[in-house]
Amino acid sequence: MEQNNMKRSPGNIPDEWFSWKGKDTEAAETVARPSLSYWQDAWRRLVKNKLAMAGLLFLVLLALFAIFGPILSPYEVNKQDLPNQYQPPSSDHWFGTDNAGRDVFTRTWYGARISLFVGLMAALIDLSIGIIYGGLSGYKGGRTDNIMMRIIEVLYGLPYLLVVILLLVVLGPSLSTIIIALTVTGWVGMARIVRGQVLQIKNYEFVLASKSFGTKTPRIIRKNLLPNTMGPIIVQMTLTVPSAIFAEAFLSFLGLGIQAPFASWGVMANDSLGAILSGNWWTLFFPAFFISFTMFAFNVLGDGLQDALDPKLRK
Amino acid sequence: MEKILEVKDLHVTFRTYGGTVKAVRGVDFHLNKGETLAIVGESGCGKSVTSNAIMRLIPNPPGKISNGSIRFKEKEITRLSEKQMRSIRGVDISMIFQDPMTALNPTLTIGTQLVEGLQQHRKISPTEAKAKALDMLELVGIPNATERLKQYPHQFSGGMRQRIVIAMALICDPELLIADEPTTALDVTIQAQILELFERIQESTGVSIILITHDLGVVAKIADRVAVMYAGKIIEVGTKREIFYESQHPYTKGLLNSVPRLDLQGEKLTPIDGTPPDLFSPPEGCPFTARCPFAMEVCDNVYPVTTARSDSHKVDCWLQDERAKQLLATAEK
Amino acid sequence: MLKYIAKRLLIMAVTLWVIVTLTFILMISIPGSPLNSERNTNEVVQANLEAHYNLDEPYYVQYMLYIKSIVTFDFGPSIKQPNQTVNDLLGRGFPISFELGIITIIVALISGITLGILAALRHNGIIDYLAISLAVLGISIPNFVLATLLIQKLAVDWNILPPATWSSPAHMVLPVIALATGPMAIIARLTRSTMLEVLTQDYIKMARAKGLSPWKIVLKHALRNALMPVVTIMGTLLAGILTGTFVIEKIFAIPGMGRYFVESINQRDYPVIMGTTVFYSAFLIFMLFLVDIVYGILDPRIKLHKKGGA
Repeated sequence: MEQNNMKRSPGNIPDEWFSWKGKDTEAAETVARPSLSYWQDAWRRLVKNKLAMAGLLFLVLLALFAIFGPILSPYEVNKQDLPNQYQPPSSDHWFGTDNAGRDVFTRTWYGARISLFVGLMAALIDLSIGIIYGGLSGYKGGRTDNIMMRIIEVLYGLPYLLVVILLLVVLGPSLSTIIIALTVTGWVGMARIVRGQVLQIKNYEFVLASKSFGTKTPRIIRKNLLPNTMGPIIVQMTLTVPSAIFAEAFLSFLGLGIQAPFASWGVMANDSLGAILSGNWWTLFFPAFFISFTMFAFNVLGDGLQDALDPKLRK
Repeated sequence: MEKILEVKDLHVTFRTYGGTVKAVRGVDFHLNKGETLAIVGESGCGKSVTSNAIMRLIPNPPGKISNGSIRFKEKEITRLSEKQMRSIRGVDISMIFQDPMTALNPTLTIGTQLVEGLQQHRKISPTEAKAKALDMLELVGIPNATERLKQYPHQFSGGMRQRIVIAMALICDPELLIADEPTTALDVTIQAQILELFERIQESTGVSIILITHDLGVVAKIADRVAVMYAGKIIEVGTKREIFYESQHPYTKGLLNSVPRLDLQGEKLTPIDGTPPDLFSPPEGCPFTARCPFAMEVCDNVYPVTTARSDSHKVDCWLQDERAKQLLATAEK
Repeated sequence: MLKYIAKRLLIMAVTLWVIVTLTFILMISIPGSPLNSERNTNEVVQANLEAHYNLDEPYYVQYMLYIKSIVTFDFGPSIKQPNQTVNDLLGRGFPISFELGIITIIVALISGITLGILAALRHNGIIDYLAISLAVLGISIPNFVLATLLIQKLAVDWNILPPATWSSPAHMVLPVIALATGPMAIIARLTRSTMLEVLTQDYIKMARAKGLSPWKIVLKHALRNALMPVVTIMGTLLAGILTGTFVIEKIFAIPGMGRYFVESINQRDYPVIMGTTVFYSAFLIFMLFLVDIVYGILDPRIKLHKKGGA
């Protein structure tokens, strides 16, 4: 049957091989894969995803530059230098200068601070509200859940950006009002995901077990439910950050973005839309490049995390 | 007896990121006309891969029939083009899958799904096709067939769905039916009904059946012959009697001892310790060595030769060697 | 099915009420309310405002009258453009925006679905990688950047297509590309991933085991199931395209509702902002409702579930 049988017919097998070997349990056990914790396993799979790792690397570098970038530059962020307006990128001004002669390199990292801050704050606030609301709704179940879900359905029907525009028109655009406006209805998606996760696992045996020991509701949520719901929530967060950055850029376009003296990437890009037609491409290129690449990085990282954290894909 | 299917030295491999998995590593068996052959084994032993290979449904890439032959009624299946193969699937050879909940398309009526195979392969008017579908539903025991043709899969229970899947598989009067774990996803009472249905259908149509299962209870009920698979090889094959009462391979014995039996009350159930070997790099010798209570030095080094104990009963085990029999005899003293 | 529609209608009505009430509250809470501030020097405008908003009445009466005016589709006057009502602006601008939106959604659906299917059928092949790259790129680039690049390259540098306005099919090409790329990318990605999942389903294997041809399997068995999730995100996509028209219409100088809306934001023309928001919200909420109905028709499981419940 097997090739080596051709070479070894039963006749030429040494007789001494017919002796008990004894059950080699060790060998049988080592065949099984080494067991990894959920997080180790997820990390191992994320590392294999080159695109997601590239995204992660980009974001880490971006964060470092947002913190330390301005130190590298001799220019002040809002210092106008009109004689030097629209300087192309050079050894003096790495990313060139804008219409007021301000150094685009310096402004890009200040913009990164603001854009990332808006994105991260929006994601964190969404997360907090979403976990409280969704967790409560899913855990309580029954009538409470029913009413809370109807409210969600109504809020979900509201056109997100229109509500944000409306709020900002009234509140006036500033860093804090933009974050507030982005989160007023933004948490709904997160709440839905948390609720789904909680519903899925709240009847797991270990939850019933701790319930029968008389553990209080908040403790059950914190100790048992949260660690098991993290996967989809982390993914949702990595997708909230870029959509908030995107929304802020959109608001800048409507004149409802961060106001001077601050400048987010969105404001910088919007201010430069006209400049590109006169050939000063760099004023638009750098903020637009960083918006796009940040979006790209968060998206591929989110995709990678989704695959890595999906328990169904564990092998 | 006429052989309807003959599989020789079948090898199937899958390329994965971790390396090449040798899922089926030289399988020989045949199927006679009108009989039921059960292929038994643990999950991952290659039994489903074998059945998919016969249908040429191995996804390629990553899978590939790397060697061997599958002859169905004088046709070499491994050499057919995809187009030729399509005219065999559903017509000459049909297949039933494990989970009836997922084997039916949720968005199409069962009438549509029943007749589409028929309309693909036979020149037939819609009215005739519908009449044939009604006949089939009646055959598999679904009442109210006319109305039920217009319904969607979710409107049927699990057992009913499996009956529909069977009707779908039989609508073109195939000669060979491959049933991959057809009762595993069903309740015990429904299992019995479905098995009876198989028997009844075989009686009335004379279809040959390959039954893939890990459930020896199912085997005992409807199989004529049994092939036991382990780590991509058939390690023992024989008639139902030979396997259940005269099994030779320690793995077959282990399988039988790990199921409760009414005729052997009071005997202890003993599970087989350990796990099957990694098929990325299967062992040179007998793959069961690491878990075998009778493992010898030879088992690690050389794959056992096939010993024929009767025309029908064949086993791959070194314990059949004279020298091993002496060793056993001395051990018993 | 009827109960399902009724429930959707109810939620739709409540959502509308929330947005209308929200606009009213915001309107009266604007610091130094624009409606009765002295800044509106134009007397005609002030008279129009007082007549429409019944500013001398108490708030609850104002609220009732506001709701009444909205139900009768009367969104009031503009502050900045005397003798223009919000209705006038909508009547002029909305048809153009609607045309832009419809063309965009059709282009995005056809190209996105095609790309998604091809990518899934050639999983891990060159088309797949191209489609994924294109999709992620499309999602990552803000539409105002894309629009600017398109004008710069295709219209200014190469002079292939007209850079602005909405007067002929050639004029439509650039704005539609700029607006459709994002939704197309999302549709392509979603179609690809659900298609890949559907293709591993047992019923696809069953269809192959029946000896059906690959095209029949894709078109009859896989596509419909793979497109269900695309239907569910249509609401979100429509909302994205609608807000996208604000940007695109401004950049391409298209005289649609989006451009009026952006102008009204820049000029703080509050009645126009509020009226347009309410109108657009109603439009989107109705679209969401339609999407739900379509989903109910496509998925037989929903129908029965609701019939059984009624």
